[in-house]
Amino acid sequence: MSLRRKAAITGIGQSEVGRRLMRDPLDLTLDACLAAIEDAGLTREQIDGLSTYPGAMGPAGFSGAGISDVHDALRLPLRWFNGGPEHPGQLGSVVEACMAVACGMANHVLCFRSVWEATAQGKGRRQGLGVGGGAGGGGARMTGMMEYTIPFRAYSAANWIALYAQRHFHEFGTTREQLAWIALNARRNAALNPKAIYREPMTLEDYLAVRMISTPLCLYDCDVPVDGATAFIVSRAELGGDLRRTPLFVESVGTALKGRPSWDQFDDLTTMALRDAGRALWEDTQLTPADVDVAELYDGFSFITLAWLEALGFCGRGEGGSFIEGGERIGLAGELPLNTHGGQLSAGRLHGYGFLHEACVQLWNEAGERQVPGDPQVAVAAAGGGPLAGCLLLTAT
Amino acid sequence: MLPRVTDANSHFWRGGEHGRLQFLRCTPCGTWIHPTSPRCPACLSKELSVEAVSGRASVLTYTFNHQPWVPSPDHPYPIAIVEIEEQEGLRLMTNLVHVAGEDVAIGMAVQVVFEQHEDVWFPLFEPADPKLRRGVGR
Repeated sequence: MSLRRKAAITGIGQSEVGRRLMRDPLDLTLDACLAAIEDAGLTREQIDGLSTYPGAMGPAGFSGAGISDVHDALRLPLRWFNGGPEHPGQLGSVVEACMAVACGMANHVLCFRSVWEATAQGKGRRQGLGVGGGAGGGGARMTGMMEYTIPFRAYSAANWIALYAQRHFHEFGTTREQLAWIALNARRNAALNPKAIYREPMTLEDYLAVRMISTPLCLYDCDVPVDGATAFIVSRAELGGDLRRTPLFVESVGTALKGRPSWDQFDDLTTMALRDAGRALWEDTQLTPADVDVAELYDGFSFITLAWLEALGFCGRGEGGSFIEGGERIGLAGELPLNTHGGQLSAGRLHGYGFLHEACVQLWNEAGERQVPGDPQVAVAAAGGGPLAGCLLLTAT
Repeated sequence: MLPRVTDANSHFWRGGEHGRLQFLRCTPCGTWIHPTSPRCPACLSKELSVEAVSGRASVLTYTFNHQPWVPSPDHPYPIAIVEIEEQEGLRLMTNLVHVAGEDVAIGMAVQVVFEQHEDVWFPLFEPADPKLRRGVGR
């Protein structure tokens, strides 16, 4: 039994993306969902599955809509649905859609993720605290994972990821000058993406001069909160041929997590859950990292991308710094074009779904000025940091 | 912001009242457990008891937080993950105190000190080497 090529992405959609759009998050979500349905050449009556991460939950801005919101707004005749925070990363919700179509639970699953963090932070003065768990506020007492981080004023994922980055720097000699290339490459690509938030050029000197957030991570190592929604149609592979677009087959997925599911208790502090998910991506395919034409790897913080590069086998453990140094290899014309839309660092924090969206755009050769040359056929999209991790390998043939 | 103290975790958060850093420990196999759990993750036994460790640890990694997530007079302050001497993998996220920023390093030997906040005692860590200790508070 295998998931290999049993599901395909047949449509994509994305709302307006921006800082402080001050729009109803469900309105943004529906824009993306309807765009994806239309892109696939389907009607809403044909959507019989619905999947999302993280579902309706706080803190404000973290989730723009839940399953019930979209289900009811579009009056979908669902046979299967799924929404919640406990997936293998944000893209785990797409993997589960693949599983649903592969085993006949649905024909066409609409997957969505929406955020309105920029507006929430502007309105409510929320400062991005406690991402992923809901730190609460006021006099609330911490429970769960927050119980062991917040009392020590490790308020943000920036702190938790910084601890991993520092350990990587220590064990492997990785430097800020190397890590910078995740941010510099993203900005270089964002300049070619009209929807990106930050498009003005950034130099290594700019990177090294900007203020620290949590050593060794500076401001440019942190992604930019935005409002926006992204959606996909995941179809049963055998139905893909009848639709508007060339189906993008899901060749394999990575959802493994063998270490402890924790930000601070994971066994190897130079990597994260993505170590296991990345390795697992290659267990059910003949393809290898050398076959990948474009890589869209989560950069909620720059170090996470470096860790994904190692986890997916594009370079050896500890070699991420030298792999990206200078930025040539990961540029649009390099051997592994990376985060071609500008990533979350420069294009905006669409929380994982933006990477899969860009992988599809590239495989359909619709990326305009930032299109990877040579008609790319194989792409990896990966999302998640800390205990969250999931990835997909897509092929256009 | 403080942890919610329950019957399951009070040994950890209130052990500092008597100067003890305490964890659950499996009686049959001796494994130290953190965070708390109803069963030993190594042998699945339910026979667990609260025991104190020495308080000695080493710094596995650290970061200096510069961002004023919450207003505070002491930015940047060091956050660390330390490994407790008694068992590989027995770890805490914590703050380093009584230390000069330039002396903080991975591998540094540290020891627990407690800081009371209302009804809980935070386990924080200072350099084990008295020569590296500084008198500054958190």
